[in-house]
Amino acid sequence: MTRDSLITSENDVDIGLEFEGLEDEVDTFQEEHERERHRGKRRDGERAKKKKRGNGERRKRASNAGQEEEKLQARREKKGRRKRSSSDQQAEGREGDEAEQPTTKSSKAAKTRKNVKNEKTRKVEKEEKEDEADDEERNAKRKKKHGSNNKEENVEDGNKHTVKEKAGEVKKKKHKKVVETSSEKETSEEEDSEEEDSEEKEVRPETLTPEELETLKEAVDERKKLIQGLRGKPWAMKKKLVTLRESQEFVEKYEGALGKGKGRKLYAYKVMMTKKWMKFKRDFENFKTACIPWEMKIKEIESHFGSSVASYFIFLRWMYGINMILFCLTFGLVMVPEALMGRPYGTIPRKTVPRAEAPSAMDFAVLWDFGGYAQYSVLFYGYYNNQRAIGWLKFRMPLSYFLVGVGTVAYSYMVVIRTMARNANESGVGDDNSFNFSWKMFTSWDYLIGNPETADNKFASITTIFKEAILEEQESRKDDNIHLTRFLRVLANFLVLCCLAGSGYLIYFVVRRSQKFALDGLENHTWWERNEVNMVMSLLGMFCPMLFDVISALENYHPRVALQWQLGRIFALFLGNLYTFIIALMDEINLKREEEKIVKFNITTWEASLYNISASENSTAPPVTIQPADVPRGPCWETMVGQEFVRLMISDTMTTYITLLIGDFLRAVLVRFLNYCWCWDLEAGFPSYSEFDVSGNVLGLIFNQGMIWMGAFYAPCLPALNLLRLHVSMYLQCWAVMCCNVPQERVFKASGSNNFYMAMLLVILFLSTLPAIYTIVTIPPSFDCGPFSGKKHMFDVIQETLESDFPAWISKVFSSASNPGLVLPFILLMVLAIYYLQSTSKSYKEANVDLKKKLQTQNEENKKKNKLAALKAQMDLEEARKATSPSAEHQKNNNASPDQEADEEEDRGRGQRMYHSQNGRSPPPPRHDGYLPATRAPVPRNYHHGNQGSAGYLPGFPRESEARMHRVSSLQRH
Amino acid sequence: MGNKQTIFTAQQLDSYQDCTYFTRKEILRLFDRYRDLAPQLVPLDYTCQPDVKLPYELIGSMPELKDNPFRQRIAEVFSDDGEGNMTLDDFLDMFSVLSEMAPRDLKAYYAFKIYDFNNDDFLCKSDLEKTLNKLTRNELTEDEVRMVCEKVIDESDLDNDGRLSLEDFQTMIVRAPDFLSTFHIRI
Repeated sequence: MTRDSLITSENDVDIGLEFEGLEDEVDTFQEEHERERHRGKRRDGERAKKKKRGNGERRKRASNAGQEEEKLQARREKKGRRKRSSSDQQAEGREGDEAEQPTTKSSKAAKTRKNVKNEKTRKVEKEEKEDEADDEERNAKRKKKHGSNNKEENVEDGNKHTVKEKAGEVKKKKHKKVVETSSEKETSEEEDSEEEDSEEKEVRPETLTPEELETLKEAVDERKKLIQGLRGKPWAMKKKLVTLRESQEFVEKYEGALGKGKGRKLYAYKVMMTKKWMKFKRDFENFKTACIPWEMKIKEIESHFGSSVASYFIFLRWMYGINMILFCLTFGLVMVPEALMGRPYGTIPRKTVPRAEAPSAMDFAVLWDFGGYAQYSVLFYGYYNNQRAIGWLKFRMPLSYFLVGVGTVAYSYMVVIRTMARNANESGVGDDNSFNFSWKMFTSWDYLIGNPETADNKFASITTIFKEAILEEQESRKDDNIHLTRFLRVLANFLVLCCLAGSGYLIYFVVRRSQKFALDGLENHTWWERNEVNMVMSLLGMFCPMLFDVISALENYHPRVALQWQLGRIFALFLGNLYTFIIALMDEINLKREEEKIVKFNITTWEASLYNISASENSTAPPVTIQPADVPRGPCWETMVGQEFVRLMISDTMTTYITLLIGDFLRAVLVRFLNYCWCWDLEAGFPSYSEFDVSGNVLGLIFNQGMIWMGAFYAPCLPALNLLRLHVSMYLQCWAVMCCNVPQERVFKASGSNNFYMAMLLVILFLSTLPAIYTIVTIPPSFDCGPFSGKKHMFDVIQETLESDFPAWISKVFSSASNPGLVLPFILLMVLAIYYLQSTSKSYKEANVDLKKKLQTQNEENKKKNKLAALKAQMDLEEARKATSPSAEHQKNNNASPDQEADEEEDRGRGQRMYHSQNGRSPPPPRHDGYLPATRAPVPRNYHHGNQGSAGYLPGFPRESEARMHRVSSLQRH
Repeated sequence: MGNKQTIFTAQQLDSYQDCTYFTRKEILRLFDRYRDLAPQLVPLDYTCQPDVKLPYELIGSMPELKDNPFRQRIAEVFSDDGEGNMTLDDFLDMFSVLSEMAPRDLKAYYAFKIYDFNNDDFLCKSDLEKTLNKLTRNELTEDEVRMVCEKVIDESDLDNDGRLSLEDFQTMIVRAPDFLSTFHIRI
């Protein structure tokens, strides 16, 4: 009721203003004055006097008009003054806030228009009633201001209410503008009252109790929070600005009162620093993303070919990164120090090309095979000297060499395992497939795109993604003849096994043959016979995957599963090839070591003879200087192994590139241009363009990496070569894929197989470090080449360093630590820890699954509940409708066509206003009463919305809708 | 800088900084961008809050928005009049929400409004279809579109009313892995 009365009075304001003009201004001032006085405790009497005076004035004025009108006018005016004063204050509070003013004005104007409508329907009695209510309200206000405690609560209340209301408005954004502005107005009104109170407080801070201070503090904090979170509010800027200003004013006022403003400078500094920090972080992120190479290339490919092809290139990039680190390690800590600080080329036998090879050492064919000068350079193990410290830095070359070898492997393990763990984590979180399509729909467009070409690609890629998803959805539904599929699958596996066995035998055969050739001497054989092993391995690696692909068509697996099978098979093939190769190498190592023994024996006799010669000739003569090239030397099996790996890698790279050029590019060119003069459609028919073979390429990459890991210890140049290869393949394959491949018919996301690749990489890493470690640990190094020459084992370099470069106690600690009595318990502890961790992870997994199930069931239950609730609500509604149908019918007579009526009323209202301005009369004809509910109802409801809480501190005034209804009905009765 | 300071008062700049996720410099840069769209319309003095609006045709032609299939919706959602004509305030608001600094909830709220083509506070089927067709440039068949929309509603509609409310949308989007990374515009 009070709300309504307030509204009515507010509505009246403007009309009153229209009439009175200047006089009203004066009154307003008086009123304001009066109100200010009200706030004091002892002002009741005075106020009464004032009121009387006001009444007198009113009466004076009233005498000008007719009786009834006079009364009405007076009431209206009185209220008008009150309201006017409050709105004036409002204006004061917001001086300089230009943004807000127009809104307020416009809303006022809107209200004025409405008022006219309302006015004619208003009745004298109702006015009286409202007046009473007004008076009561005043009393209440007075009462309220008496107790300061009370007042404080009100401040708090109001404040909270304001905040709440603002929050509420987030949801109510769609409400009509009028409502919003009105509520805004209300908010500020309340604030005004608060501010008034605050002024009072500032005057008399000593009267504040600690409790009040506490509440005030809370209010201030709340405001501060509001200011901080303002930018996160989904409001229009205008509103944000207004709220900001109000809150800032509030905070400033109270902070001063609370003495909290002392730390303001520090606070401002803190805020600034956090902002700076955020900006730095953002810039750093931007920089980091800008540093990722080939991002655009990959994005382009992604948009054309879907994420699976892109995943290959991302994998390639990742590999490139790892190899970059490996390269930095070997290049920076091994090759460069040796080249700069070690003895230069030609000073000692191991750094010189032997006399017999010298003529052909610079031939391209020899260099291409990494013989000649390439063999006797920093690229290979044999070149390094066993001098303990080199150069003016006293760089410990052998130690560095050994540690880099170990570090390479350790780093690779770490990276691969970490990536696997991260992938597993991601898939654990992102495994949630419940919003698959929704996410695709709402998050797939990249708002960053600002380039038409990219946009085209993005559109294409989104379409592909959706097609993928749809296809996957359909695949999961598909159901086929299970017996036939099973038979075909067994058959396919059988065929694949045959292939594997065949290729294994072929390699074995070739390796045996090559050993025979090696015994005969390589010079007697053709190029093909010399390179048979490498070529056969490369060719097998090229053609077997194709065969597997054909075979896998039999199996009819889901494409992702098929991909994994395919990968597994190729993996087995490559592994077999690699291990046969390693076995062949081991044989060769053994051969070389036999040879070494003989050479060693020969050398001692040769040295002895040399010594004898020099001794017998002349004891005083200077010793004969022997060219290092002439010194006989051992075969140096380490360099041989390194060479083999480098050759293998080169031939592998060549096959890859040549396959790419012939299989993809040439085919594409032929198909494209022969299509004009061919008897069938080449593009659509048999040869067609090639698709990008993701699995084969990934596996090629993985095995290539395995070779690097295996051979890097014996050929420090291997990471560098690999880096080069990866760099070239990145560009070459990017180009090839964009120019001569077609998107796969069945495009599938490879993200699911990401960890599959990683797992294979880990296996390969393990399998490739195994032989390397075996050779390092068991086979003694060559006696005349490499950094470890002269030692029994390569790892002796550690012991040597410990003994000579560190204090004695460290080596003692180490030696006691390597005592089996300590090592065995330690291993036991590790095993126990692993067991414990595994069991806990298992239980976590189970708990996870349980929770997921629970969530799902809860979701389903919620859905059911919601459904039931909705049904119930519907039933209730229907019942209510049935119950109210008679009354509804009754009402129908009254407002048959509300629209029409509204129009009518507006017309009438206009007429009325004119009438008013002419005569100052307000005779709402009684016959309009019936329309009242129809026209008035919306207005109070709107206000009700905006002010929900503000009436909270006007106790004793029911603001439920019943009251309104009651009044309405009472009006209706009239 | 000295010249630029007359565009806004210091107080205005401060309040803009409090209301957006931008720094002073960025606000001035955004003003420049705004002004570049129509130098003859936008005055260089904003201290007295001139009532200037740029039509959608100009806003939508910004390179940042030009290729966005939802550019019209974005402009409509952020403009005061709902038709894509933007004041400077709206403009700042838009890029503030779409900046990297804006929190997920705020972004989600506006994303919902952007995808709510008919402004009925729900994402119903027609909204979804429109979204999908804009995303794929109508390259999906009708059946596919229908299926995808059904799937989306099936997945995300928690209260089973056949359309997505803001709550549904938010619960769905907060778990999306790449919503934050895609729903922003760098300017």
